[in-house]
Amino acid sequence: MSFSLEDLNNLYLDVLREIGNIGSGNAASALAKMIQKRIDMDVPHVRILSFQEAAEALGGEEIVVAGIYFQLEGDLQGNIMFLMDISSSKILTSMLMGREDEDGELDEMDRSALQEIGNILSGSYVSSLSALTGLDLKISVPSLCIDMAGAILSVPAIQFSQTFDKILLIETTLTEGNNLVKGNFFLIPDSGSFEKLLSSLGVYN
Amino acid sequence: MNQIVKVGMADLKVVKESDVLTTLGLGSCVGIALYDKVKRVAGLAHIMLPSSLQIKNNQNQAKFADTGIALLIEEMIKEGASAARLTAKIAGGSQMFSFGNNGSDLMKIGYRNSIATKEILTMYKIPILAEDTGGNYGRTIEFYATSRDLLVKTIGYGVKTI
Repeated sequence: MSFSLEDLNNLYLDVLREIGNIGSGNAASALAKMIQKRIDMDVPHVRILSFQEAAEALGGEEIVVAGIYFQLEGDLQGNIMFLMDISSSKILTSMLMGREDEDGELDEMDRSALQEIGNILSGSYVSSLSALTGLDLKISVPSLCIDMAGAILSVPAIQFSQTFDKILLIETTLTEGNNLVKGNFFLIPDSGSFEKLLSSLGVYN
Repeated sequence: MNQIVKVGMADLKVVKESDVLTTLGLGSCVGIALYDKVKRVAGLAHIMLPSSLQIKNNQNQAKFADTGIALLIEEMIKEGASAARLTAKIAGGSQMFSFGNNGSDLMKIGYRNSIATKEILTMYKIPILAEDTGGNYGRTIEFYATSRDLLVKTIGYGVKTI
């Protein structure tokens, strides 16, 4: 590996931000269609953080979050994780189920709804990536885990740590009326796939 | 004076007497708590990967079970501990996500971290007094330098002292 994540230039971050933007845009319209309401989206923030900073960005290691994990298949190997805090998760499932209260515990139905939301959002993200890079990309079935942020974050952190000591975070905010949903994507290409991704984007050779 | 010292991911710390070591939200990582009963020196490492030999990016010794345990022992000896008196308690190494049979080796990283930790502790002849490893949930741990107690807190799986 001849480069480090810190060296990545702004152009690369801009490209990722743009992919995040298009992907989240597609995701927002898919979600809007599903719940038949208007959804607005902010321009995503792309940040490179240390493991500690990433946990802090999510609100601390012990805060409860929902993580939805996918395997990336096709021309790139790796993983994608979509992560939301528990209140965003409850807002989304309530929207999807057409419920008013957001206080109840998440049941089996909510869990599968969350996996489906993760599927739509990550699927949109990956199809944007695929369209922009010309690479053939697919995602596996989702796996959901609701637990401490630190514990969930350890999974992408471990994967990143094989090559880097930093983690790449893409933050997206969706709003429906007064409801604010903050979602975080982690794109985790396996070593080797990172160069492939960068060269297909024309920002690394 | 009771001081709570936080150990981050791929990090290690050593304390003496009445202090408490903690690491928050252990997932697939393993928390390794070592103790010298006579000198009351306590050390805690939060490792992410089993072996520094398999990875190119291996500058941070605290990231791996092999180099992390070696460094922790070294730091504890500096504080007056004796390698021959050290005992261990370990926690973590869970599998947060599951993909059935299609899971890659990385999905079993928690299990591999626990196995490597135990092998390396055995290599240093450090007895493992207790462990709380595996499962599919996160753990926050607190290690008390006065009592050698390791408190394990979870979300939905209770609290216990090992």
